[in-house]
Amino acid sequence: MSGPSTYEPKTGVERWLDQRLPIVRLGWDSFVDFPTPRNLNYWYTFGGILTVCLMIQIVTGIVLAMHYVPHIDYAFASVERIDRDVNFGWLLRNIHANGASMFFLAVYLHMLRGLYYGSYKAPRELLWILGVVIYLLMMAAAFLGYVLPWGQMSYWGAMVITNLFGALPLIGTPITEWLWGGFSVGNATLNRFFSLHYLIPFLIAGIVGLHVWALHVPGNNNPTGLSIKTKADTLPFHPYYTVKDGFAIIVFMIIFAFFVFYWPDALGHADNYIEANALVTPAHIVPEWYLLPFYAILRAVPDKLGGVILMFGAIGVLFILPWLDTSKVRSMRYRPLGRWFFVFFVIACLGLGWCGAELPDNKVPVLGAIGLNFLWLGRILTLYYFAYFLVILPLLGFIEKPTQRPASIEESVLGKGKSDASASAAPAE
Amino acid sequence: MKMIQRLLAAAAGALALATPAALAAEAGHHPADYDFSFEGPFGTFDRAQLQRGFLVYQQVCSACHSMNQLHIRNLGEEGGPFYSEEYPNPNDNPVVRAIAADYIVEDGPDEYGDMFERPGRPADRFPNPYANPQMAAAANGGAMPPDFSVIVKARHGGAEYIRSLMLGYDYEVPEDVRIGPGQYYNPYMSGGVIAMPPQLQDGLVEYADGTEATKEQMATDIAAFLAWAAEPHMEVRKKMGLMVMIYLLVLAGLLYAAYRQVWSNVKH
Repeated sequence: MSGPSTYEPKTGVERWLDQRLPIVRLGWDSFVDFPTPRNLNYWYTFGGILTVCLMIQIVTGIVLAMHYVPHIDYAFASVERIDRDVNFGWLLRNIHANGASMFFLAVYLHMLRGLYYGSYKAPRELLWILGVVIYLLMMAAAFLGYVLPWGQMSYWGAMVITNLFGALPLIGTPITEWLWGGFSVGNATLNRFFSLHYLIPFLIAGIVGLHVWALHVPGNNNPTGLSIKTKADTLPFHPYYTVKDGFAIIVFMIIFAFFVFYWPDALGHADNYIEANALVTPAHIVPEWYLLPFYAILRAVPDKLGGVILMFGAIGVLFILPWLDTSKVRSMRYRPLGRWFFVFFVIACLGLGWCGAELPDNKVPVLGAIGLNFLWLGRILTLYYFAYFLVILPLLGFIEKPTQRPASIEESVLGKGKSDASASAAPAE
Repeated sequence: MKMIQRLLAAAAGALALATPAALAAEAGHHPADYDFSFEGPFGTFDRAQLQRGFLVYQQVCSACHSMNQLHIRNLGEEGGPFYSEEYPNPNDNPVVRAIAADYIVEDGPDEYGDMFERPGRPADRFPNPYANPQMAAAANGGAMPPDFSVIVKARHGGAEYIRSLMLGYDYEVPEDVRIGPGQYYNPYMSGGVIAMPPQLQDGLVEYADGTEATKEQMATDIAAFLAWAAEPHMEVRKKMGLMVMIYLLVLAGLLYAAYRQVWSNVKH
């Protein structure tokens, strides 16, 4: 990890273990004495929050899987049975279903944090890319999971998404049929979706391990974007950040619990309480809120294949982001222009989500007066989404004049020419 | 940092706005607002109302509408319309047993391989009025009456939608809506056209508790009953929610105090 290990086995058992499997040392160096920038704000607590989210999803999911029946004739009823007759089944399902939304809420804030403070830049490119892989897997898991209750949105959502692959030339149809396990979305599809839905969280957990590993080599980025220079820039992870993360996690849990106990169906679609029916298409097929921006991008292109390419491109571009941003400065705090483009980027993402929720022909409120409908708003915002990564960030590095940065993390916290004797001398009291 | 805080507030606002906007888009008339007893974080079901609503279901709706996910015993379980502390096990509850016994249920095969009919038991599901969906559709002009188990969750507007729909037959048909034979105009229905004829008329049922069975009363009661049927554990959910919230708030307070204490000697 970052710097030499400070772990000293104190008992004979610990020494014995340490010489054979230094797992306590690993934990100590990673989560106790790990030097962490002293200026991390609450935006840096989402890593911990996300870990908790993943654990909650896995634990509730494993129990739900004990009662769920992955068969098109029984799936819907088995979910109802979980809600009605399984002890605390309603609670488990509310946690699991809302947990997916909470997971995405946290991951989006985590990603925006990374974008704002330049956490994707050298030497953290792989850390960022692993994060994008986790995000992709999360989307797959969420989509597969949404199919399992076998409601109308499950079925028709599965239909729409799997049909996207049909847009590929030549291999489109074979791939779609291979995904279905037949010639339409059916029992084979539901079965394999259940199997994969159970698999993916463990893949995510594995990559989270790599993600944390890749974090602990260069260490955390921080709001100034400056690299750690001296010990005075850092604090040991424990107790400083364990307590801060712990507090943030509980605050997040309060929001989570609000949905679970007081508004459990707010984030789902009413149609998913109607059992899947291949003969009745819902008036308005919409994905879950966290996938709406991509749905808007998909629909922004009149050509199906073009839409699919653009939609996957919207995630693909994140993989090469570390090399698209040419600025020498990491944090947007010191990028007077970049900061504004970032603000517009966030607005564009929210706007795309809005476009995805509306029918393309609906007029945009206020702007509808000049003839703007959601299709065109979606197109404009899609353009900005890609321009941000492919034009603005590459060019900005050459144009923008960054503002004055502090000399070190320590200076940014304490002001120029001072040092915090108490903290650097005995930080872990 | 200020900017990010403002952005977050805007994001939360947009999220809050986006969901209802999307939901409202496909509805016709917005369901009329009604103050049900089970609304809000502390709302509970009105037991007498659930019993009246069940009577409407039993005597009116159940002729065509199934309620597949519910068992008769649910009526006597904690939170249900006929729950009694005397009979924690609904199988012992005489009211529930009597309700069950009124149904004729097909059981079997017996030891000779024959199916036979017997009076219902609390453990039985509510019997389906039709043998299969095709028969249900054929008997109703091609439109299958939807199952009632989760209908309140399956419709935007929930219980208020059910109530408005039941009372929504007195509107003038707009010129651009074509009503075919066996169809009725109801602006609360998506598209405005419904195959179910108006069901409720004043005095249709006789409530045991003496409540006057007006159309409005029956529509309100059946909506409340279906809200319970869709989520029999709602009261438990809210009660547990309160405990969880108190626990989390206290824990958050303690952790915040710990955080201030730990960081008190460090500038950051």
